[in-house]
Amino acid sequence: MNATVIDGDLDTFPKLLARNAIKFSDKPAYREKEFGIWQSWTWAETKDEIEALALGMLALGLNEGDHVAIIGRNRPYLYWAMTAAQCCGAIPVPLYNDANAEEMAYVLEHSGARFVIVEDQEQVDKVIDAQEIVHGIDEIIYLDKRGMRKYDHTHMNAYEDVQAEGRAAHHRLDPIMKERCAALTIDSTCVMLYTSGTTGRPKGVVLSNRNIISASASSSEFDDLNAGDSVLAYLPMAWVGDFIFSIGQCFWTGFCVACPESPETMQTDLREIGPSYFFAPPRFFEGMLTTVMIRMEDASPLKQRLFKYFMDHAKKVGPAMLDGKSVSAGDRFKYLLGDILVYGPLKNTLGMSRVRVGYTAGEAIGPEIFEFYRSLGINLKQLYGQTEASVFITQQPDGEVRADTVGVPSPGVEVKIGDNGEVLYRSDATFIEYYKNPESTADTKDPEGWVATGDAGFFEESTGHLRIIDRAKDVGKMSDGSMFAPKFVENKLKFFPNILEVVVFGNGRDTCTAFINIDLNAVGNWAERNNIAYASYQELAGHPEVYATIKSHVEEVNISVAEDSMLSGCQIDRFLVLHKELDADDGEMTRTRKVRRAIVEDKYADLIEGMYSGATEISTETEVTYEDGRKGSIKATVQIEDAKTVARKAKAA
Amino acid sequence: MNATAESYVTEDGRTIGGKVMEMKNITLKFGGVTAISNISFDIREGEIRAIIGPNGAGKSSMLNVINGFYHPQEGEIWFRGEKRKPMKPYQIAQQGIARTFQNIALFKGMSTLDNIMTGRFTHMKTNMFWQAVWKGPAEREENLNRDIVEHVIDFLEIQAIRKTPVGRLPYGLQKRVELGRALAAQPKLLLLDEPMAGMNVEEKEDMSRFILDVNDEFGTTIALIEHDMGVVMDISDRVVVLDYGKKIGDGTPDEVRNNQDVIDAYLGVAHD
Repeated sequence: MNATVIDGDLDTFPKLLARNAIKFSDKPAYREKEFGIWQSWTWAETKDEIEALALGMLALGLNEGDHVAIIGRNRPYLYWAMTAAQCCGAIPVPLYNDANAEEMAYVLEHSGARFVIVEDQEQVDKVIDAQEIVHGIDEIIYLDKRGMRKYDHTHMNAYEDVQAEGRAAHHRLDPIMKERCAALTIDSTCVMLYTSGTTGRPKGVVLSNRNIISASASSSEFDDLNAGDSVLAYLPMAWVGDFIFSIGQCFWTGFCVACPESPETMQTDLREIGPSYFFAPPRFFEGMLTTVMIRMEDASPLKQRLFKYFMDHAKKVGPAMLDGKSVSAGDRFKYLLGDILVYGPLKNTLGMSRVRVGYTAGEAIGPEIFEFYRSLGINLKQLYGQTEASVFITQQPDGEVRADTVGVPSPGVEVKIGDNGEVLYRSDATFIEYYKNPESTADTKDPEGWVATGDAGFFEESTGHLRIIDRAKDVGKMSDGSMFAPKFVENKLKFFPNILEVVVFGNGRDTCTAFINIDLNAVGNWAERNNIAYASYQELAGHPEVYATIKSHVEEVNISVAEDSMLSGCQIDRFLVLHKELDADDGEMTRTRKVRRAIVEDKYADLIEGMYSGATEISTETEVTYEDGRKGSIKATVQIEDAKTVARKAKAA
Repeated sequence: MNATAESYVTEDGRTIGGKVMEMKNITLKFGGVTAISNISFDIREGEIRAIIGPNGAGKSSMLNVINGFYHPQEGEIWFRGEKRKPMKPYQIAQQGIARTFQNIALFKGMSTLDNIMTGRFTHMKTNMFWQAVWKGPAEREENLNRDIVEHVIDFLEIQAIRKTPVGRLPYGLQKRVELGRALAAQPKLLLLDEPMAGMNVEEKEDMSRFILDVNDEFGTTIALIEHDMGVVMDISDRVVVLDYGKKIGDGTPDEVRNNQDVIDAYLGVAHD
């Protein structure tokens, strides 16, 4: 399939905005629940709001090429701020709103942002803290006036005041804005997004209009997205996916983006909006399934039996029906009955009644979890992508969906496997450069435009689908020379609802060992059910019965790992349940919740040593960082448990 | 406003006005027990005024006197420049005084939203007839009140529990709902009876922030009773200290902290 061709009238976001304001003038563009009611803005109103802010920022002296940092949770006003920056010829730089002041300072300094648009007092405080080391910030614009009265306002303005000023200066500044918009081309920078940085400092990925618009256009066409669709924007604004869904595809197709009332109400808001296009990381689907299962255990026996009976049927025929394969009339009737009694109400509770296209990406998803949603008739698919590709590298077409692949190359994307097994790609959507970092750019992108993903993978010969094995640099060798791919084992373990996170070690060693984080939600519920009292995460994690359960999971995984001829050496010999959850505030994970392997290895070196030295328990002390940046430490004695491994299959001679 | 005293500006830039309420020589007895004896103090417009003291010092009794729940045998209460006649608590609520309770007095089976709606009761004007007809004034009034309640919910960041029955909420959140109900009445004077009792550190921090924000955003005058000295000293403008029904100190947190009588009352000395 080829990439969609972009019309010259639609090659920048201000142009797309102008088109939408005419073509979809009365259709809602953004919604947000506030004061218990869904407020909405039509495309015409959206244009008015965006232009008022843009004019206001011109009045404050925003120049062409300036960077505008945007920090906050998903709110229409902040999405408008991105387009408003573009209307001034400036470049929006969304930041992770849960980053602490130090992380924020790095990005603010590196991007050289002159204007910062933030959501509330909390973010203002962080920016002010950051200003001790960052000196380039000239203006702060905040959205929520609460608690802001006492601040020094010489270089600080409320969002609505900036807009009011912009509206007042309309006649004076409108020609300047028009001029700035006209100067934008398809090759102007559209946005700069910081990667979460599994290794080292975050890097600023510069994406042009060509990148974003071609990715948005092709992917919209791939799934036939149109103005009638709707999405719920709840993932971090700094993440490339959110930019593509909530701005790129939204502007391209004209569909409506809804923002939740608060992060805690996301589930309720999801149900109220009933989006037709939905994206969530595997963790979200896992969490939702766990909640459903926990609640089913509390249901009446009749409901439990109904649920079990129809879910068994759905597993048998649901995915086949979704893929359009032939299913007997009897089975179809039974499925219809199940839809009325079980699947329909369940989907409604989950907020998935209207989902036409659902995607999951970022990590591997457990086959059972994947099948569960598909058997309900939810068209959940996988895609593989990264910031540098403006999201899309491969994705699964309707009718060819499987849990273990990530699909075929997206329209307009060329994908090949390098000599070392690394996945490489090239397309119109491939990023321009890493900001102020030519070495990294050269390392990642070769002169012909091929970008190295850093992931090892291969194409299945029979289907042409791509399969990802692991991060290329994490793939190593055991001391006997067999292949070591930690992610492969970790994912298998993470499919158990009791296990939240796993880190497997074993590169260059005889045997593999693992750190395990339990899922407090699932294990806590189990403990409550079995009258096991615990006062803290640490106590529950160290409970002998929890250890026994985890051990059975590990041994089950070992059996399944042994079946893989290439990776049977990766069976886990010994493991421990960590006394604290790996956390982004401690630097152990990225803000998108990917484990930083090197930091974990370094921080818990004593525990790893203990696992290999044969000790059965170790006392350790770990530094923890609280959300407000204060530090503390926790002491613990951690048990180490042995797990049975299965003899390796004899290698074919 | 009764300009009985000059207004002043606090360190953080808030303007504290004249006296809103003045207690003059209040004495309250239960049979032979004197709960409060001859206490006088005032509360000024826009300030956060704390009443502290050891157990049994008469703090809650004092709040109940202000609230009109107890009627003192002796003394006068002046509110907004007028001497207050003996009143029922609901009449006092109509004057713009709202309160929360030490041991949470919410309707456990009702949702957060409905509980906070009850705070609007004194502001509802339509009679039973219109309530029954519903269309027209009653509906308009309900919408108006709901709007105010939704702003309170937004302010206290409890959107996620809007429809949850209050009895199912953890203690800290129930306290917050109770504050919400008091705020829904849009009081001029807000009385808080141990708003942080039984809370953990994080909940206390949240609650302190809300109290400061209420004072800052709406200019509400706040009188609070609290055990946690750290909290009291941090958030209040002036503190009155009671011990065995007597006033032993009155002033800014610093003044009170260095007052020998207060130190004795808290650390304990032999009472002859």
